Order: sequence, then structure tokens, then C-alpha cells
Amino acid sequence: MTTTLFHNVRLIDPEAGTVTPGSLLIRDGQIAALGAEVAIPEGAHVIDGRGACLAPGIVDIGVKVCEPGERHKESFRSAGLAAAAGGVTTMVTRPDTTPAIDSPETLEFVTRRANEAAPVRVLPMAALTKGREGREMTEIGFLMDAGAVAFTDCDHVVRNTKVLSRALTYARSLGALVIGHPQDPGLSDGACATSGKFASLRGLPAVSPMAERMGLDRDIALLEMTGARYHADQVTTARALPALMRAKRNGLDITAGTSIHHLTLNELDLADYRTFFKVKPPLRAEDDRLAVVEALRDGLIDTISSMHTPQDEESKRLPFEEAASGAVGLETLLPAALRLHHAGDLTLPQLFRALSLNPAKRLGLPQGRMAVGAPADLVLFDPDAPFVLDRFALRSKSKNTPFDGARLQGKVRGTFVNGACVFGEL
Amino acid sequence: MSFAQRHLLGIEPLAPQEITTILDLADQYVALNRRDVKHGDVLAGLTQINMFFEASTRTQASFELAGKRLGADVMNMSMQASSIKKGETLIDTAMTLNAMHPDLLVVRHPHSGAVDLLAQKVNCAVLNAGDGRHEHPTQALLDALTIRRAKGRLHRLNIAICGDIAHSRVARSNILLLGKMENRIRLIGPPTLMPAGIGDFGVEVHEDMRAGLQDVDVVMMLRLQKERMDGGFIPSEREYYHRFGLDAEKLAHAKPDAIVMHPGPMNRGVEIDGTLADDINRSVIQEQVEMGVAVRMAAMDLLARNLRAARSTAGVMV
Repeated sequence: MTTTLFHNVRLIDPEAGTVTPGSLLIRDGQIAALGAEVAIPEGAHVIDGRGACLAPGIVDIGVKVCEPGERHKESFRSAGLAAAAGGVTTMVTRPDTTPAIDSPETLEFVTRRANEAAPVRVLPMAALTKGREGREMTEIGFLMDAGAVAFTDCDHVVRNTKVLSRALTYARSLGALVIGHPQDPGLSDGACATSGKFASLRGLPAVSPMAERMGLDRDIALLEMTGARYHADQVTTARALPALMRAKRNGLDITAGTSIHHLTLNELDLADYRTFFKVKPPLRAEDDRLAVVEALRDGLIDTISSMHTPQDEESKRLPFEEAASGAVGLETLLPAALRLHHAGDLTLPQLFRALSLNPAKRLGLPQGRMAVGAPADLVLFDPDAPFVLDRFALRSKSKNTPFDGARLQGKVRGTFVNGACVFGEL
Repeated sequence: MSFAQRHLLGIEPLAPQEITTILDLADQYVALNRRDVKHGDVLAGLTQINMFFEASTRTQASFELAGKRLGADVMNMSMQASSIKKGETLIDTAMTLNAMHPDLLVVRHPHSGAVDLLAQKVNCAVLNAGDGRHEHPTQALLDALTIRRAKGRLHRLNIAICGDIAHSRVARSNILLLGKMENRIRLIGPPTLMPAGIGDFGVEVHEDMRAGLQDVDVVMMLRLQKERMDGGFIPSEREYYHRFGLDAEKLAHAKPDAIVMHPGPMNRGVEIDGTLADDINRSVIQEQVEMGVAVRMAAMDLLARNLRAARSTAGVMV
């Protein structure tokens, strides 16, 4: 293992909430020293950061890699390269593949493919119910033994509360983390936009933002019943926030995430019926976006995810209602998140608290920290470097980004996993 | 005269003067259509393709007639049974069609925004003949022409639109058009058939039809789709007719000279009383059909002028 020293960098510490100029030393895959002055050990590979930022690598909960089933949309190789280029050092993958990751055997396939092909860490999630059908729980114990870090049926909400309460109870006994998609399935059925004047004018079938609060309220009630560990994948509306706050105050083991798209885009982006803006849940009104940004700043919302969902051209070149949902996000997560920094909404440490520290903490990982002894999963980036995004330059096999042609700031210069450089010429 | 549009995708992008331009020209075409020899040549040499992804008899016939009267070569394509069922994406269909060099493309599609999507991918002028619940601009224009001819003006009128507003593209286009021309709009219907966010549309909303019709100049009825009558949106057909069906008694609350409109086809006894629909003193439903042809002629004429102008400046042979 080589020894690497970064000097002339700005160290972003999400735990301390500080940005300090200094140096950082990596030895044996771990952070060995950091501070204003770090002595250069003999034989160390020295990287001059030229004032760039060095932060804990992003831990992205909810990445869809389309293996098995739809490798033409995304493989572990392409997703891994995209992640590395985007400063994502840990992809926490979704089980909503074809077939679903609902047995130790399919999970082992994922782990094997990930290890072969992806240059970054891959931690798989497994389905909560078999086939994500909401009827029978999966082998949660075996799946944990095989490496599942969390259990989720993704956007398939478990409709039957008896099934969900049993799964939560069982998961609790094993200490498993369950990730829910707070959305009332009846009210949101068939919707592809958020209800209101805008969706009505566009003639799109829409769902009230209330459906999210109803879904969250239901899940919170079940948490009170079962005491399970729970994370809401995406909280995107102002109406859901008071319920989340109460649940946290009442001591429930609950955290919540949101997606980068809901933080940086709003429903008006659907104006031209661009299907790359079709995501689940649908983009919200600007008031909701602002409320979610504020909740993130206050720490009420814990994590930011890319909700990376590759879709091929065929499934997007359709009328809005018929087109598939989802957007790729691994490579745009950081520059899009930096929009919040440049807008003065969030500081860099606050951003990395939500991108790296909190997701790592929630999954019980040692990553996400700028501390001696922590794994050297790091991203070196220039937060100000401007560029115009060209979707065809993305490393993902699928190019369905809502940021095509967008002016963004923030370029990754290097990504390090376990002390090794996986992206950048450093 | 001003009309700067490349396509007619909706009322939303139109300026009030552009609406007036279309209506003024349509007035001339009404006169032409009433002559024995109803033939113009402003579209001569141009190819018009009518692409209907959703069944339509009236609108398609109206567009076909409009094109033929102005000398276009008109082709009808019924897309419901065609390639779209074979899994071809809408954009692929558009590209294929574009390669045949049409000049005017008339499109109806069951999904909102589909016509916009097509328009982005072709070089010709696209006319929206109805997309999902989004817009149906030529219907709103023909309604406007009908009102203007019956009332002598198209501003400062009280206009009631009644029925299934939520699922109606006709209602959306009419709300936009009549709003742009500075009329007072009232929407009447059960709350389950009102779109979300209706309070922000700058309209009055009434659940009591009699109160809503008070002193209006124009009553526009909308068709209630059969599939909405099954208890999902309203309890039953008969309860709907009782509360929201237009009959002589409810119409008595409107101004004595109020006109009754309907985009057709009508469900007699569901949203409108049959006798009233046929009352030539109140109902202008037949005029609406006549104005439809004229308005479509005007719209295609104006779009063709812009198309020719764009092509000649681009140095392309027409």
C-alpha cells in the first residue's frame, strides 16, 4: 500500500462542520493524519490540491444498476465508472431489478458482479418482500448474512399493512434497516405529476402531495407499533415534514432522505413534457422544494441520494404519461448539489453531512468521516469549475439526465476508494 | 394582421391579436363555404396528413374538408391499428412521417403533450387536434368564432363552462382563450370533475348550476364520458342530470338571449335536454360545426404562409 499525501487542499469535515485549509495523509487505505501541517513521510506520493476541496466520498443510497435483467441500460461496470467520476465511493444498490434481489442466491450474483466490475464499493440492498409483491417477507436473516445492508421494495409500496407490520417486526428482531417509499398507493395510482394549477394546465394525471404525507403517517404508525429501524427513501413535500419531525421527537428510529432532483428542480421543469424530468415521486412545487432544502439544512432530512435510475431511449421517447420514470444521477449528484452551495442554501459541510456522513452512519459504515483511522474514501473536487453538461459524455449506459445542457459548477478531480485512486489522473 | 406561430399546439402560446387574426380570416372562409363553388387554392401543392391516434369522426372530417377546400392533398392515417401497436415509439413514427415531406400535420393523441413531442421532431407545421386532457385549440377557436358571430363581440361576456372540466381538453383551451380575450368565466360542475388548483385559474367555480348560470351570455356544455359515470366520479347518470344537466328551467337563470353550445357528440338526457339541444333559438350547436371547418381553414392557411416564408428565407424550394 502506498502512502499518499494531499497538500494545499480545503478539508471538508461534515462532523465538525468546518472547511479548513491543510493536508491529509493516507496510509494503508486509511486516513493517517490530517490538519494544517502534516509532515511529508519519505516515499509518499504527494498530490498538490491547488486549493481544491477534499471531502469524504459520497455514500449514495438507492442506486439502480440494471443487473440482472437490463444490462443494456446499466451494468456494474458502467455504473461504477459513473460513480467514480461523480465522487460516489459507495453505491448502495436497489433490488428493483428483473428478477428482484429477494434471495441470498440473487444477492450473491450482485455481490460477485459488483466485485468483478465496479471500481467503487457496492453494498446491495435486498427486497423486503418476495418479488417486491408485498405478500411474503424475504429471508431477511439469510440476506443479511449474504451482505444485504437494508431492505426495501423500492417504489412498490407494501399495501397490506399486516404484511408490512410483520416484516417490520421481524426486521427489528435482526436489527435490519427497512427503507420505505412514503406514498399512498391508491391516491398516486396513474399519476405522473404533482396536482395543482400547473399539472391541470398541462393536462397530466396528477397526485396530491398529501399522498406522501399519508404514506409517511402510515409507516410512522407501524414504526410505533413495531419499533423497527426505518428510513424514508424520499421526502419531497412540505406537508410530510411535521410528521417526520414528530416521529423523530418521539424517539422513533427513523431517518429520511431526499433526491437531488427534488432539491434542484421543480414541477415547472415539466413544461415541455420532457420525459427526462419524469421521476417518482413527481417533481414538486417550488414551495415544497424550498421546504425540503430547509429541512435538509436543519438536519430533519438526513440524506441526499441520486436515486440513479437508468432508462434507455426507447422507454423515454414516448408521451409523458407512457414514458418510464427515473433519471440517472451518479455523475451529476455532486455538481447539482453544489447548486445549493452556490445559492447560499447549504454550506459544504452541511452538504457532505447529507451526502456522505449521514448515509454512512445510518448503514453503520465507518465511511463519511474526516478522521484519523477512517477509510480513505475521498473525493477531491473544484467546487467552482463551470461546465455545460452534455448527456452523451456521461459514463452511464443510459443518458436520461434532466441536466442535459444545464450550466453546472463543480468538477471532480479525483476519487479515492480505500486509499486507491479510482478516478482522475493523480 | 399578426400571426407568428410555426405550429398550432395550443391556445396557451397565442397572443390575443393572433387569435383575432385567425377569427377574422375564418369569417372570410365562412363566406366562401357558403358559396356554391367552395374552392380556394392557398394550400395547393401542399400535403396535409391527418394522424389520429384516437378515434374521431367529426374533427377528422372537419380537418379533411378544410384542407380539401383550400386545395391541399389530404391523407388520413388512422394510427390506432398501426405501427404504434407494434412497439414503435412516437418519435420513430414522427421521423418516418417526416421523411415523406408533409407540410401540415394534424395530430390527435390520447396523451397530453404527445403532439408537442411530435412537433419537436418534424419540419412541417403541426396542428393539435386534441392531446389527452391538455388542449384542443381549434375547438376553442371555433367556439370563439361562434360566440363572436352570435354576440357581436368576444370580450366582457359572462361565459359558463359546465360539466367534466377535469378531463376536458376543450375546457382547458376555452378557459385559456376566453381568459385571454378578457371574459368572465364560470366553471360549473361537481368538485370531483374539477381539476386541482382550479382556484388559481382566475375563474369562478360553482357547484350550484342555477347560481352559476345567473345572467350568463353563453352556456358551454361539455360531454360527460361514459367511463366517468360508473360511480367513480359521480354517483350516477340520473343524479348528474338532475344536478348538472342543462334543461329549460336551469337555462332560465341565464340571460334571456344566452346561447347554448356543445362540442359534440352529445349525450342527450345526461348533460343536456334533447329538446333544448335542438331549439334553434337557443342552441348554436350546428353553427359550431360550420365554424369548425372555417377556423381550420384559417389556421392551416396562416401556418402555411409562415411555413412558406420560413422555407423561402432558408433558401429551400417550396
